[in-house]
Amino acid sequence: MATNASLLTDEAPVSSVPMPAEWRDFVALTKPRVMTLVVFTGLCGLLVAPGHIAPILGFTAILCIALGAGAAGALNQWYEADRDARMKRTAARPLPAGRMDRESALHFGVGLSFFSVLLMGFATNWFAACILAVSILFYVFVYTIWLKPRTAQNIVIGGAAGAFPPLIGWAAVTGDVAALPFALFMLIFFWTPPHFWALALFVRMDYANAGIPMLPVVAGERVTRRQILFYTSIMAAAAMAPVLLELTGLVYGLTAFIATAIFAVMAFQVSLSRETDPAKMIPERRLFKYSVLYLFLIFGAVVVDHWVYAA
Amino acid sequence: MTPEEQKIIQERQRSRALIMALVLFALVVLFFGITIAKMS
Repeated sequence: MATNASLLTDEAPVSSVPMPAEWRDFVALTKPRVMTLVVFTGLCGLLVAPGHIAPILGFTAILCIALGAGAAGALNQWYEADRDARMKRTAARPLPAGRMDRESALHFGVGLSFFSVLLMGFATNWFAACILAVSILFYVFVYTIWLKPRTAQNIVIGGAAGAFPPLIGWAAVTGDVAALPFALFMLIFFWTPPHFWALALFVRMDYANAGIPMLPVVAGERVTRRQILFYTSIMAAAAMAPVLLELTGLVYGLTAFIATAIFAVMAFQVSLSRETDPAKMIPERRLFKYSVLYLFLIFGAVVVDHWVYAA
Repeated sequence: MTPEEQKIIQERQRSRALIMALVLFALVVLFFGITIAKMS
């Protein structure tokens, strides 16, 4: 529980002894901002599932999704501490900043993983617990360790890790999965590339310095812009699939159509841009911010649609 | 170890112990609730 590298920042006092990490650093290790999206999509999966779940068990299921995501985030930071130190965006995280030692992060991540999966299994069912375990293992081993440092397709395949929560939320209620949560899984899966590549365009040098083969780094900006548009078109089809397959109603259909059309226009603007200065990449930043709002809108619409048609 | 360092370490240990106590208490309440929900 100690660190002696505390002291890479200007504010930190130089210490001759290892300092224990603060509890806030353990919270930071769980990537709380990423967790909000994971929790929200998991909650939506749970709310639209048919059947009944006791509120305390539903709360526990969402808590387990949050803890599982936090555990995966902690293990990701444990593995990537050296790379994070070379990126401006991540250099202030607890490990690269020297506020925590790697062993503490590893123990925290592994402990939280086991706890979240076991609690999910005991509180809801073991099918949901299995999907949660698979999502943690996929994020850590397939995405973080295998794909991310090796291929520009890292976030295309790795995007599956972030797409599991609606399946887990649904499975916590029903004990199985069906067409609607699978459609929501596909939506997040195809949403991930334009979301991350929009970010990668304006932090390209950060990724290049860290040696991470993100698409703008290895294939260039023009290819990335074209790929953003390509995956946005697949994402649009995935977004409309639930209403075309009559899994949702018009409330979702209208919301999805309008929100996706705005997304597509922004992606088109990004595809047309030839800007190379990250500071001037306004359409790219706008698309990145809107992509987060988009997922909240779409998943919120699924829940409202469900309530309207269930009433 | 200087007195300042000792003070910082004790403060961090105290705040971590307090957070751990709160987490454990919340878990006791949660497990009680889960048990009641499972029994009913």
